[in-house]
Amino acid sequence: MHGKARQELLKWNGWGYNDSKFIFNKKGQAEFTGRRYRLGGMVLPTFKEWIEKTFGASLEHKSTSRASLNVNDVPPSVVNEEFLRDLIATKISYSQDAEDRVFRGHGHCLHEIFALREGIFRRIPDIVVWPVCHEDVVKIVELACKHSLCIIPFGGGTSVSSALECPEEEKRTIVSLDTSQMNRILWIDEKNLTACVEAGIVGQDLEKQLAESGFCTGHEPDSMEFSSLGGWVATRASGMKKNIYGNIEDLVIHIKMVTPRGIVEKNCQVPRMSTGPDIHHFIMGSEGTLGVVTEVTIKIRPVPEYQKYGSVVFPNFERGVACLREVAKQRCAPASIRLVDNAQFQFGHALKPQVASIFTSFLDGLKKFYITKFKGFDPNVLCVATLLFEGDREKVLQHEKQVYDIATKFGGLAAGEDNGQRGYMLTFVIAYLRDLGLDYYIIGESFETSVPWDRVLDLCRNVKERIARECKEKGVQFAPFSTCRVTQTYDAGACVYFYFAFNYRGISDPIHVYEQIERAAREEILANGGSLSHHHGVGKLRKRWMKESISDVGLGMLRSVKEYVDPNNIFGNKNLL
Amino acid sequence: MSSDLRYAMKCYAPVIYKGLSPCKPSAIKSAVLHSEQVQYVIRQLAKETGESSDIIQEAAMEILDEMGHSMQLGAVRFFAFTLSKIFKRLFQRVCVNEEGMQRLQQAIQEHPVVLLPSHRSYVDFLMLSYLLYTYDLALPVIAAGIDFLGMKIVGELLRRAGAFFMRRSFGGNRLYWAVFAEYVKTMLRNGYAPVEFFLEGTRSRTAKTLTPKFGLLSIVMEPFFKREVFDTYLVPISISYERILEESLYAYELLGVPKPKESTSGLLKARRILSDNFGTIHIYVGQPVSLRTLASGRINRCPYNLVPRHLPQKPSEDIQEFVSDVAYKMELLQIENMVLSPWVLAAAVLLQNLPAMDFELLIEKTLWLKGLTQTFGGFIEWPDNLCAKKAITSGLALHSNVVCLVDGHVVLNDKGAEGGAVGEIVFKRALAILMCGTYRNQLLNVFVRPSLVAVALQMTRSFRKEEVYSCFSFLRDVFSDEFIFFPGISLKDFEEGCFLLTKCDAIQTTQQEIYPTDKGSVVISFLSAMFRPFLEGYQLIFRYLSKEAKAAFTEKQFIPGVRNFVFQLLEKGNTQCYEALSSDIQKNALAALVQLGAVKKKKMTNGFTYSINQEAVNKILDMFDSRIPVQKPVAARL
Repeated sequence: MHGKARQELLKWNGWGYNDSKFIFNKKGQAEFTGRRYRLGGMVLPTFKEWIEKTFGASLEHKSTSRASLNVNDVPPSVVNEEFLRDLIATKISYSQDAEDRVFRGHGHCLHEIFALREGIFRRIPDIVVWPVCHEDVVKIVELACKHSLCIIPFGGGTSVSSALECPEEEKRTIVSLDTSQMNRILWIDEKNLTACVEAGIVGQDLEKQLAESGFCTGHEPDSMEFSSLGGWVATRASGMKKNIYGNIEDLVIHIKMVTPRGIVEKNCQVPRMSTGPDIHHFIMGSEGTLGVVTEVTIKIRPVPEYQKYGSVVFPNFERGVACLREVAKQRCAPASIRLVDNAQFQFGHALKPQVASIFTSFLDGLKKFYITKFKGFDPNVLCVATLLFEGDREKVLQHEKQVYDIATKFGGLAAGEDNGQRGYMLTFVIAYLRDLGLDYYIIGESFETSVPWDRVLDLCRNVKERIARECKEKGVQFAPFSTCRVTQTYDAGACVYFYFAFNYRGISDPIHVYEQIERAAREEILANGGSLSHHHGVGKLRKRWMKESISDVGLGMLRSVKEYVDPNNIFGNKNLL
Repeated sequence: MSSDLRYAMKCYAPVIYKGLSPCKPSAIKSAVLHSEQVQYVIRQLAKETGESSDIIQEAAMEILDEMGHSMQLGAVRFFAFTLSKIFKRLFQRVCVNEEGMQRLQQAIQEHPVVLLPSHRSYVDFLMLSYLLYTYDLALPVIAAGIDFLGMKIVGELLRRAGAFFMRRSFGGNRLYWAVFAEYVKTMLRNGYAPVEFFLEGTRSRTAKTLTPKFGLLSIVMEPFFKREVFDTYLVPISISYERILEESLYAYELLGVPKPKESTSGLLKARRILSDNFGTIHIYVGQPVSLRTLASGRINRCPYNLVPRHLPQKPSEDIQEFVSDVAYKMELLQIENMVLSPWVLAAAVLLQNLPAMDFELLIEKTLWLKGLTQTFGGFIEWPDNLCAKKAITSGLALHSNVVCLVDGHVVLNDKGAEGGAVGEIVFKRALAILMCGTYRNQLLNVFVRPSLVAVALQMTRSFRKEEVYSCFSFLRDVFSDEFIFFPGISLKDFEEGCFLLTKCDAIQTTQQEIYPTDKGSVVISFLSAMFRPFLEGYQLIFRYLSKEAKAAFTEKQFIPGVRNFVFQLLEKGNTQCYEALSSDIQKNALAALVQLGAVKKKKMTNGFTYSINQEAVNKILDMFDSRIPVQKPVAARL
């Protein structure tokens, strides 16, 4: 559970906890600090070489962030006295402190972090408010309407779509409505397996607290340590284990949202209803443009009895994708199944900690020998699928066999539980890596899409090629690192997740170059039949493609909802539309 | 002998496409047959016709067998050996731009490559394969007309050397289209080999670039549109011959003496040719053009995203327009890089000075034309900086079947015509003029823009830019099948024409007006004389249609009809326009009228039927009649 001053626990200019980060120790070896993750305190002997080889980077060339926020650079807080008086009367806690405001004026896009490290934001919230319940939110929205203010809801702050950035041209007072203090589980209904939860609760807290009663939601986006339930609803989030539990739209039973028009909710909490278009679907993905989600009734499940990780090595990416497609076809996907390409496999390999005993290192060697020499897999071509099974022990084992049998048909070889588990641990840790890169002239980001099965391979290949080509054209000296993984499987297609990073030494405006390349990559995705976004959302970063994505009329439909619900644009973060 | 053999047996390890998954020709055939695309069409046809899909599948297999190549290194080596022997006897030299070959080598490794050579002779694709073999590049698979299959052994050998065969027309046959398209795309997608075909569709009998065909081009572009490949390189290749192997064959054909069917014995007879000399071949391999770059910002991706990629889909209008633009662009690149020999210039001069021309004057005027051609961007190869006299003498020697030197005068070689009947004289003369025209024709597309401005200046007898432009624009429309114009940029073409004329000091322009300069009249009258055969030819053909032709006719009726009409005029001496006898001009003129809406073309079961809109034809004819000055019988204006 977070306090109001999040910067005490979390980095002000990077990802995650203050105490957790990658560093190069005195011996020049990479190390991950802190005790929060399995990788914590471990030395990663091959990582330095990997960075040098992959990016042409050198540890001698550092580009350090400034040490702390320069309060004098921060735009002043402009708040109307009358509003302040009314706000104080409500007894809702607030702050006009510069650090508090800066912290809520951004998400985690590359350009935002870069601005924190080296530049400034031209516009940040003028005031932060911390409602503690639904009623507080109603009061704040009323005040905003009365005084004509702009509200930008803030949950976990993990947005990667520029959704939290304040529109520069916004003249009204911007109120950052931080939901973090609305974090209680209001009730648990064991008969119907639902829980009503305040929207500010953060993913890991929700799971921890539900676990105390023996339940879980099973919704685990990669950001779950920091992202909030309200944020999931507002962006149409997707969880790693959606194959069992579903994505957010499958999990939500009821939503309560405060809008300038009033409160929107349903009259009952039922699994399904036929009452015209589902109003939940106006709310989910609205990205803070319509109101504040305050309470959500969400499905819960008993905590699974047994969990088992697994991994499979495939001779190449094509075979791997074919296998995932078959698994999806037979509808037997485990809780999670992901396929990483060769570059990401090698990346993961570079993050292997020093092994404690000679025995494990010997075993590793043996495994490697078996796969590359005996089975003839090319270490520069092979790829790996990581698996997570959940449920009754017996069923898991049965399920496991079914999946491995399919994998065998596609030339896959089981590669052990440990590799699987490491794969999933890495997704949490990988987000910390960008901060290390930034120290050494490496910038990067991830982006994602969803695509029909038959186009997965073409899309992956073409996007990587496009990135390589754009980098070359834009004068990037060293070939970029671009890698992808298939992270979700569906009946009709898959979600593909890309990492892309490059060494920007010698480039005067790296962020601009980065953005141009990312835009080209998105163009390529769309040309290959991929979507604008599978789960990151649109925000302001991808707005330009909305019309193409959902047609003129579609956009008009969304606009008319916005016009009715929020005619004065109180929720003026300018996302989506 | 041994050197040819050594050459044929050399180590051949061509560079290949980086994404290549190697496979045998038979595997490709099987992949094509079992592809979703072909299977879909088979199922559709089975549903529609009630035929069992097994039978249709068999038919598809037969098509594949008929069509597919079966490239084998042995056959390639055999060809290399024989070709190197034959080529050495036929041609003096083969010149290639080395940097073009290097660029090609680079391109082949990066993306699938489509080779787009000009088509003047059967030698084209043999020579190109030979060249790629010599430079250790992947041999292309070539779309060749199916008539080759009639040549028993040679057809099979060609197949083994990488040719695949397509029927000349298969518009209606969906199975054939599906199998063929998938076959081409499969080879392209997996980078099996460069795909080679001729945009012009067939050998140009006149050495003048033919308007492009779009079918194959749109097939090879589709994998990119559907993003099955990242990019595709289109490589324009210009092949020019100092003397075209089939020159007399073409001339006969144009005059209506039917072309012999390709047969092995025909080829053996062609051995007679082997003792002849055909001069130099120039091959210019153009810069590979990235399809992705061409398409950037032009293609709406939606149509390809909303339909499964294996379903046959009629290209949208903007795609069709794009394909057509690309086709014209590639042909214009071919033209730009086409090497012009001294003889080409001499032929152009000579044709304006028939029946005989003083040799010294010919040299002088040819040199003058050389300068003009270079100003217009023509790519002239003057062998080893030879002095003009030697260059032209050697040109005359090479073309002694067409021209000869008599008492210091260059005359057409229409031997045997003197004594014959009038008809025979006309025929022989036409033959010689058409053959000579084949060489002048190579200049036309370089000259067409400034020349049509020159013609428009003469026709309008006005200096007002607006009027000249409107006449230019009319001519450009009329000649849209005769010469190569990029679609829809009439004004740009006009401006380019004016610019080039200004560059050679032939005209001066102001905001509103265009004036020929004093010394410009020589250029202007030369240019318009160069195109006069076309103006007069069209005029005659239009006159035939307006006065003589039936209201409705088929193509089979049209050609002999107009030929007779022109022939009679020539016999009577009422016209000097021998080139109007060429079936090429006749067809183009008819096509122009169809495009201008003056003639309606209808598809019937047995070919096309045309019906004339008399009024419209008369109107166009009036434009010509009122404005084309009558040619003085022998006008040595130069």
